[in-house]
Amino acid sequence: MADRPIIEVKDLTAGYGDTVILEDVNFEVRTGEVFAILGGSGCGKSTLLKHLIGLRRPVQGSVLIDGTDIITADGAERLALLKKIGVSYQSGALFGSMDLLENVTLALEELTDLPADAIEAIAQMKLKAVGLQDAAYKMPSELSGGMRKRAAIARALALDPEILFLDEPSAGLDPVTAVQLDRLILELSESLEITSVLVTHELPSIFAVADRVIMLDKEARAVIAAGTPQELRDHSDIPAVRQFFNRQAPDDAKG
Amino acid sequence: MDDEGKASFDFRLEGDAAARLVLGGRLDRNAVAAIWPEATSKLRRSRVQQAVVQAGDVTYCDGAGIALLVELKRIQAARGGHIQVEGLADRFGQLMTLFETDHLTKPPKGPGLANRFVHDVGRQAIEAARSCVELTSFVGEIVAKLLKTALRPHSLRWRDTFVIAEKAGANAVAITALLGFLIGLILAFQSAVAMRKFGAEVFVADLVVISLFRELGPLITAFILASRSGSAFAAELGTMKVNEEVDALVTMGLDPVSFLVLPRTVAAICAIPLLTVFNEFFGLVGCALVLRWMDIPLATFFERIKEAATLTDFFGGLVKTFVFGALIAGIGCLRGLQTRTGPSAVGDSATRAVVSGIVAIVVADGVFAVVYYFLGI
Ligand SMILES: Nc1ncnc2c1ncn2[C@@H]1O[C@H](COP(=O)(O)OP(=O)(O)O)[C@@H](O)[C@H]1O
Ligand SMILES: [Mg+2]
Repeated sequence: MADRPIIEVKDLTAGYGDTVILEDVNFEVRTGEVFAILGGSGCGKSTLLKHLIGLRRPVQGSVLIDGTDIITADGAERLALLKKIGVSYQSGALFGSMDLLENVTLALEELTDLPADAIEAIAQMKLKAVGLQDAAYKMPSELSGGMRKRAAIARALALDPEILFLDEPSAGLDPVTAVQLDRLILELSESLEITSVLVTHELPSIFAVADRVIMLDKEARAVIAAGTPQELRDHSDIPAVRQFFNRQAPDDAKG
Repeated sequence: MDDEGKASFDFRLEGDAAARLVLGGRLDRNAVAAIWPEATSKLRRSRVQQAVVQAGDVTYCDGAGIALLVELKRIQAARGGHIQVEGLADRFGQLMTLFETDHLTKPPKGPGLANRFVHDVGRQAIEAARSCVELTSFVGEIVAKLLKTALRPHSLRWRDTFVIAEKAGANAVAITALLGFLIGLILAFQSAVAMRKFGAEVFVADLVVISLFRELGPLITAFILASRSGSAFAAELGTMKVNEEVDALVTMGLDPVSFLVLPRTVAAICAIPLLTVFNEFFGLVGCALVLRWMDIPLATFFERIKEAATLTDFFGGLVKTFVFGALIAGIGCLRGLQTRTGPSAVGDSATRAVVSGIVAIVVADGVFAVVYYFLGI
């Protein structure tokens, strides 16, 4: 069961208009796995994520989530698929006219039959899990960037998704909060077999949580490496990968 | 996941002071939705001191399930009772520690209803007064900087100014012309119906041309500019304010007024007289059409216009538009720069820009009416 791929990406070519950002991307994510997408900024990590969740149509190729093609799915099938995923966007994308609690309860109210007090209790728990329970009645504009990011994660967790997509969840967080977040992701993966796909730059976080990673490259416009973080750090002979894992600038590597 | 909402729930009282809740199966969102009201109300009503939740048969327990367990704990804690969760699988127990909270954050208390009324009235009054002061000083600042720019014209950001003038002016020609045409048509038609009774349809041209040149042309064009561009200025500057772009300008040592407001003001002042001319021209076209329909020859129409309207009427109207343009741009930008934080802030600023812009236009028009009267224009 744990080895069944929950996400299958086949020959995906992604781009905006005529600009191709990524070409012929192939990978699989297994159920319960924590999967990280790495790469320098602007190499197309967010773009890839948007294709995985069906927000953008690929130029070519397909994305299967739990066996269903998220691109061609529509109607009830698509809704069922969307219920399985939770997304936290790079900029948070919290609804600015609602306080945090409402941001989290929105999906619960609209899409489940839970009674109102259950919804509130669940939402407060999700906020507690990201350390924001005391800010439940604050508006997003009253929060710092890191708090917004955490609130977005709480919102992504609202419906207990099977797959969690997190775009740079720990960027801008203090180390303590970042570690808490790592723990949250790990526990969700271990106890509920929630699959997490995260875009991240944070080396400590990658080693702490990621089972497998892929690394994208801007020039190659493709996946240049895949494997466990330890493998890539210790055994990769691709300069870009070594530089990333050893925090070197391109010039240091030559010298 | 959605069809598998199979869970079992049983509540047993054991004597007066103890109760046993047996949970089993798949405690997911759907199952919890079904169980929640019964479980919480039964426990609450039973008022037992000692409760035991037997969760040994729970095969799956997501956030909703944990929420139920936590809620049961809270119910017991609230009345000083005890509760014990038995047999919950370790992996769910872990989640419980992750999510568990012993309290729910309460919404902050605002002032009561009566107080809020007093509060609001007071705040509105203070804000209105402050807004007048701000508007006056802002207009003063713009005028001073405009004069300074007039001495050093190259210091204005001409490229921005042209782009804004295109958006506010050129792109508004069609709508301004259309509204002018329709107003001319309607005005001519309405007055023709009345004047026909006296056989005075010829004078419809007099009426339309005078009212268009002196009042309607400038006013309608100003309303169009206020609603199209005044709101746009407020929204643009408001967004910049919210995104801290205005702060970035300030820390770079650039003056937001010179950088953002002057180009918009100059663009609006340049665009509005031209738009007004379009508006008036098409108003006359509309009027001519009605007169044609009433069998009055075009030549007579031109004759009447020449007779009735003077260049003073025409230019008197245009002079007003300069002031209208400055007011619209100034107020739009001021509202934009006054934008506070918050999601609806930009929308509020745009609304306020249109409302106060229109009020300012009408007030200024009234002042012009008085001044022109005494000047004999
Ligand atoms: N909406 C868009 N339209 C056109 N190009 C875009 C758009 N969004 C991103 N890009 C381009 O795609 C590339 C990858 O962007 P992105 O996926 O956001 O990178 P990152 O890896 O930092 O998340 C960048 O070169 C960016 O300029
Ligand atoms: Mg990105």
